[in-house]
Amino acid sequence: MAAVLCPGRGFGVSTTRDRVQPPAEPMHRALALTDDEVDTIVALLGREPNAPELAMFAAMWSEHCSYKSSKVHLRTLPTTGSRILVGPGEDAGVVDLGEGVACVFKMESHSHPSAVEPFQGAATGVGGIVRDVLAMGARPAALLDPLRFGPLDDARNRYLFAGVVAGIGQYGNSIGVPTVGGEVKFAPCHGPNPTVNVMCVGFAPADRLLRGRPGRRGSVLVLIGASTGRDGIGGVSVLASRTLDEDAHASRPSVQIGDPFSEKLLVEACLELADRGLLEGLQDLGGAGLTCAVSESAARAGLGAELDLDAVPQREPGMEPFEILTSESQERMLAVVRPDAVDAVRDVCRRWGLSASSVGNLVEGGGLRVRHRGDVVAEVPAAALANEGPEYQRPAERPRWLDRVREDDPTGTTLPGSLEDAFVAVLGSPNVAGKRWVWEQYDSLVQGGTVQGPGADAAVIRLEGTLRAVAVACDGNGRYCHLDPYLGAAHAVAEAARNVAAVGARPLAVTNCLNFGNPERPEVMWAFAEAVRGMGVACAALGTPVTGGNVSFYNESGGSALYPTPVVGMLGLLDDYRLLMRSAFPAPDLPIYLMGSTLPELGGSEYAEAVLGKVSGRPPALDLEAEANLHQLLYECSRQDVLASCHDLSDGGLAVALAESAIAGGVGFHAALPASDLPPWVSLFSESASRAVVTARLGRDRELESMAAFHGVPLVRLGLTGGRALRFEGLFELDLSDAIAVHEGTIPKLMAGRRLAG
Amino acid sequence: MKPRVAVVTFPGSNDDRDALRAVRLMGGEPVSVWHADPGLAGADAVILPGGFSYGDYLRTGAIARFARVMEAVRELASAGGPVLGICNGFQILCEAGLLPGALIRNRGLAFVCRWITIRDERSGDVLPVPIKHGEGQFAASPDELERIEGDGMVAFRYCSPDGALDEAFNPNGSLRGIAGVRNRRGNVLGMMPHPEHAVDPDLGPTGGQQVFEWLLSSARAAVSA
Repeated sequence: MAAVLCPGRGFGVSTTRDRVQPPAEPMHRALALTDDEVDTIVALLGREPNAPELAMFAAMWSEHCSYKSSKVHLRTLPTTGSRILVGPGEDAGVVDLGEGVACVFKMESHSHPSAVEPFQGAATGVGGIVRDVLAMGARPAALLDPLRFGPLDDARNRYLFAGVVAGIGQYGNSIGVPTVGGEVKFAPCHGPNPTVNVMCVGFAPADRLLRGRPGRRGSVLVLIGASTGRDGIGGVSVLASRTLDEDAHASRPSVQIGDPFSEKLLVEACLELADRGLLEGLQDLGGAGLTCAVSESAARAGLGAELDLDAVPQREPGMEPFEILTSESQERMLAVVRPDAVDAVRDVCRRWGLSASSVGNLVEGGGLRVRHRGDVVAEVPAAALANEGPEYQRPAERPRWLDRVREDDPTGTTLPGSLEDAFVAVLGSPNVAGKRWVWEQYDSLVQGGTVQGPGADAAVIRLEGTLRAVAVACDGNGRYCHLDPYLGAAHAVAEAARNVAAVGARPLAVTNCLNFGNPERPEVMWAFAEAVRGMGVACAALGTPVTGGNVSFYNESGGSALYPTPVVGMLGLLDDYRLLMRSAFPAPDLPIYLMGSTLPELGGSEYAEAVLGKVSGRPPALDLEAEANLHQLLYECSRQDVLASCHDLSDGGLAVALAESAIAGGVGFHAALPASDLPPWVSLFSESASRAVVTARLGRDRELESMAAFHGVPLVRLGLTGGRALRFEGLFELDLSDAIAVHEGTIPKLMAGRRLAG
Repeated sequence: MKPRVAVVTFPGSNDDRDALRAVRLMGGEPVSVWHADPGLAGADAVILPGGFSYGDYLRTGAIARFARVMEAVRELASAGGPVLGICNGFQILCEAGLLPGALIRNRGLAFVCRWITIRDERSGDVLPVPIKHGEGQFAASPDELERIEGDGMVAFRYCSPDGALDEAFNPNGSLRGIAGVRNRRGNVLGMMPHPEHAVDPDLGPTGGQQVFEWLLSSARAAVSA
């Protein structure tokens, strides 16, 4: 792999006449192209590609950019709906929020760079997703970060965790975009394969979206922002499209370095350009750098492009064409501009202290012609690069170990030790424990739209000047997906939608990030296909189309893969944010209810892992009709303002949901488990889906009961809020202060004494 | 007439739009001013907002103090006009020598975003406001600190929710829990907490309203004087 990292010396050829010199390993293999793929390229071009061309194809046809292993499956996802303005394929999905406002949102992975260099890897992940949203002409308005690490008793895992959190914080805080949510989970399989996903939500006037205006013949390509250096070369092909081996640290030069100050200027300048109507199109430079931005811009316009590499501001002299073409230097955008608007674009950029260089034009024909020092150094069909990458139906095979693990269901085992000890173990497990240590490092308030920030079921961001707000949540359950990727992915959709419904919003649409191992392994491909199938079924049933997202393969180190980790980002709409429902018990003496049915379902549960040390069994069943009924009931409850609090049930079941509402409100409770045949630990810790714990406003309990009956949602009264203890009638009680210490203390204790990476 | 309040946008300012919105909500007339502008657009008061001016790569506020608009800020301050520096704005005012002391990296070495309470050292009022900064630890030499305390220049201190001074409620290790200072004349105020994020009851507690009331009433007084 190291050979790829300093390729300039070996094959820096710069004319079309030059043929690739045959090195010890053929160059295309070092660039992660297969022999078959090169044959396809030769057929497309009608000749052998030269070095820069090969580098361009290697980048654009990488797994990361071309989705070659995933496309056939992703195509099955539901992607249309009355509110969907832009579905998959563009930089980010766009949803119509009504009243002339469009919401742009997307999730992406930056796991590979973060595994190599956590601070910069995570920081540049934030930068990249922000530019995706910016490319649609939207102001980035909120960030969320789903993260996965190995257990924190290991020093390297602590280093990665601290570095990623600090990197996200530094970048997001500096550019003035609030980080309002996310999730953090821990599992041994994520030790060598940390997962760093970043999601950005932005808003734009619907009539000013930058799409469908791809530019015309003669339109000028203006490169805005940072100069182009040798950083990040091979990012998509070397880092993101291969497994990291023991020499992964040698890939560090492939990790880009972030400059959030430049990003902030880029955001403001591009929004001003969009506001003033100076842009025909805007494209971010991320994976595959200039090659990707120019070929996609041209392909979108159905045109070709001329690109002059000498016009690209370069950080150092002597850069080879392939380096300029595939550099992933951060904080750059490519604007498509009418010739008569170029000067105005330059003026705006100058005011923001940014360089703006005309680097090419859109031209007739479909060819992308690249010049360097007067020579044509590459000439390829733009559409072939951007859209005609390979597509594989990779073999899939259900793993043989699955049945054995599923049959070992923990639901029937007896409780070892006391119920109270089990409760403390679950409440204090790093997965369940409070993540204040993380989100206090993020500015969640800037931009003044945050109605509800991190630590809640869903973050709520108001639309400026209105009473409406979006609710956003991320979710994924690795254990469930490990045991049943189809069901697990469906659960991720259902739970993300439940999170959004629990604040009173209607779930609208989904973005996702699909984190998996090596797709060339049939077991991984099977899990991927199953997860996509489950996600599709759940999204269709809940009426939340998929607007786009990202696939991250090759999350495997030393032969071990992470849990299949499909993460869902759910967008919902709240009609009136003053009716927002919060999870905290707000006052004593309120009647507490459980919505939904509790079944004996401890398979893959937090209880099974934290108390029994088992990740086995069958994940809870999911009845999507019951789930949709619950969402409808919660939406009506919010409109009628009958609830004083509302919290969805997930990891740790009823026991954890009650505890979290009590801890958030600083108000205890007195609850009796509903009469049933289930042993108390099953009632307390079962993770049956489609449930919520709510309190009714004083005097509204009858109304709530009839609404639940109307919507067909089982409702059972558990007790009352109040007191300074969590009291489970006839079972045990725990002082509220002790519960807070367990819940809030876990992560800080594990991280104590560790200086932050910076 | 509504007092006119300028909010300066430096490259890297993040809370400028929030400050403009807060001024409007509190009954002032907000006007946005660019760092390279020669004046303050006829404003009666000025806010230097939060953010990371020039990326804060060198030292917080160290470059912004040389911005062209800072001459006009200095003139307004010496004429007795109200000047409010919030977070990065506070850091800039210290770098510019308009306020004493300095802000250094938080004791915990990490950025911290949290709702806290501060005590207004004149009225004794306890105000719930958020902080969000990585370099908000107030520092001063012993002599300077004596002067600041002796001349009653401490505007706010971090405190417990009931107003007690307690190191447990000092979020960044600031000397004597100092969260904000005034100049001797009282017209220049710098604070690390963000009053502009604590004025709208729809979004949370409103401990920041008092700060804007001071700014607007001082601006009115300056206009009528």
